[in-house]
Amino acid sequence: MRQVAIIGAGMIPFGRRDEDSLLDMLAYASLNALDDAGMGKKGVDAVYVANMGAGILQHQTSVASALVDRLSLIPAAADAVENGPASGASAIKNGVLAVASGYYDYVLVAGGEKMREIVGWKATDFVATMTHPEVEYPYGVTLPGMAGMFTRLYMEKYNLTRDQLIAVAIKNQKMGALNPYAHVEMIITREGIVDDPDSVVNNPMAADPLHLYDMCPVSDGAAAVVLCSLEMAKKISKKPPVLVAGFGQATDTHTLQERDDPTDLKAVTLASNQAFEMAKLTPKDVDFAELHDAFTILEIAESEHAGFFKKGEGGKAVEKGETSLGGKFPINMSGGLKARGHPVGATGVAQVVDVVFQLRHELGKDRQVKGAKTGFTLNFGGFGNNVVAFVLRRAE
Amino acid sequence: MAVDMDLEALLRAPAIEMAEYPPKMITLANGKKMIVRQADIKDVPVLLQAVRPTLEIPRDYYDIVGARLYAELLGWYRHRVRNEYCLVGQIEGYLVGIVNGRMVDKDIGMSYHTLAIDRGLRVGSHLFAAKMEYHIEILGQQEVWITAESPIGFRRWMIEYGLIKQEGVQHELGGASSYKLTRDLYFETKPRLVAGKRPVSKRFLDEAMDKIMVADEDAISEKICGVKGR
Repeated sequence: MRQVAIIGAGMIPFGRRDEDSLLDMLAYASLNALDDAGMGKKGVDAVYVANMGAGILQHQTSVASALVDRLSLIPAAADAVENGPASGASAIKNGVLAVASGYYDYVLVAGGEKMREIVGWKATDFVATMTHPEVEYPYGVTLPGMAGMFTRLYMEKYNLTRDQLIAVAIKNQKMGALNPYAHVEMIITREGIVDDPDSVVNNPMAADPLHLYDMCPVSDGAAAVVLCSLEMAKKISKKPPVLVAGFGQATDTHTLQERDDPTDLKAVTLASNQAFEMAKLTPKDVDFAELHDAFTILEIAESEHAGFFKKGEGGKAVEKGETSLGGKFPINMSGGLKARGHPVGATGVAQVVDVVFQLRHELGKDRQVKGAKTGFTLNFGGFGNNVVAFVLRRAE
Repeated sequence: MAVDMDLEALLRAPAIEMAEYPPKMITLANGKKMIVRQADIKDVPVLLQAVRPTLEIPRDYYDIVGARLYAELLGWYRHRVRNEYCLVGQIEGYLVGIVNGRMVDKDIGMSYHTLAIDRGLRVGSHLFAAKMEYHIEILGQQEVWITAESPIGFRRWMIEYGLIKQEGVQHELGGASSYKLTRDLYFETKPRLVAGKRPVSKRFLDEAMDKIMVADEDAISEKICGVKGR
């Protein structure tokens, strides 16, 4: 198999993009990535498009076919990838396999979602379509509801505290405020969301014990990357190529109730281990990570299940500032899903784009992980029933 | 402008005496302190200056809310609306939101508009709650009639408060559906929706009372549409 590199990365600011259609957003992000790759008039052989819900939200299907036409990339092969909130990383994985196999030389992977044209509760309902159609959805379970129950169990088992969750929210909103692509532009303070009596109104309970500021926003957005073999990347890329050193993907039961221990995110551990094994690295070799913090609890639980911290230690690390910029292991310097936003189909691609920016040392001092050489992404589908992880390295 | 006070007396409706809204201070999610206080009729010109840029902002129906609020505030200023009041939210002296309404009679309050200039911090929600507090707790009314012109307003008022739909009742803002907040409903929802502390310390109150500062037009548009236009 050929080694695969990322030679182009681009995204558009996430948030509420009333003026853009889903296809517009995918096209803008793709053009940014293609420009970034510096490919000139060279076309791509294949396009993979990650999207979860255009069929439901926009009454539009076949978005990959539509995108190649919009970008004048015909006759490139085009496939849409739907894997819930892990669609983005799944699409990249498929692109990586296509290049690694030698079948395609240049692949564009774009991920996008347009979720703000429906009201919030409809967006929550849309995301809940990934739950079990017989034993979960009909009973009203939502992803925030699942996250709340998961958090309660995690608190009981690992002595996780609300203060630790709050520390994640404050850290990620601070980083989001510094990220020009982030949806949420606002810092929050502990006083405003916890300590002051007015915080009851500012930060209401959403799904016990999770509050409003434990949740990611509903966002529009798109991101894209261009892949080719490392060998070709070294020849054509003017920027340091980023090597896809390892990837992993694993699944778990559809319902949480069928798991021996619902707090054990086995797919996270398996996918991460696969990625480390392929990269011939360990978590200790990684400089920073972009984790799937759709809820604050997930950043902590994933950081432990991926092997960056022992169980029960991830929350303490956040509180101590170890996961902040300048800390031992910075997590979500993009602001994460919590602040960058979570257009579900775009998220896995955006995580990789953010890691590429970091590994190319392109960010300002206020977000750049100093000397970053190896980054990690984890894209979490369902409630941990389909997880994709990447280990990415700066290719010198 | 010369005014014939004899004729003017006929045009001006007799007002009911209204208790003053006691100022309060709310800590927002970003830790900043918002002072909520009653605006004086003399403040109207500066409030109109803040409302004017919204007339060009269709996003979230700011244009219609702004246009109607502009007319209501002008109507109050020129004594053409009876028993109107206006509450403002200020952070470090700067105007961040406006709410208004009027007292129909001793039992019924009419909620007019809520306009948030700083967004994402529940400024509009806090000010709307202050308006309900004014009608129910300060003016001692039995119910407040409310309608919404934007989906955000509908979500914040009708859904969050669980307002009661009033079939066949005409709200003063026109043909939109009319809802009401009763005293019971207010006190039921107060613990989760009404924030703020009294008294406001002299430093904060002096800063707010000294002058209502208004951001420039571009800054207001940016605050409403988001710094990054989203």
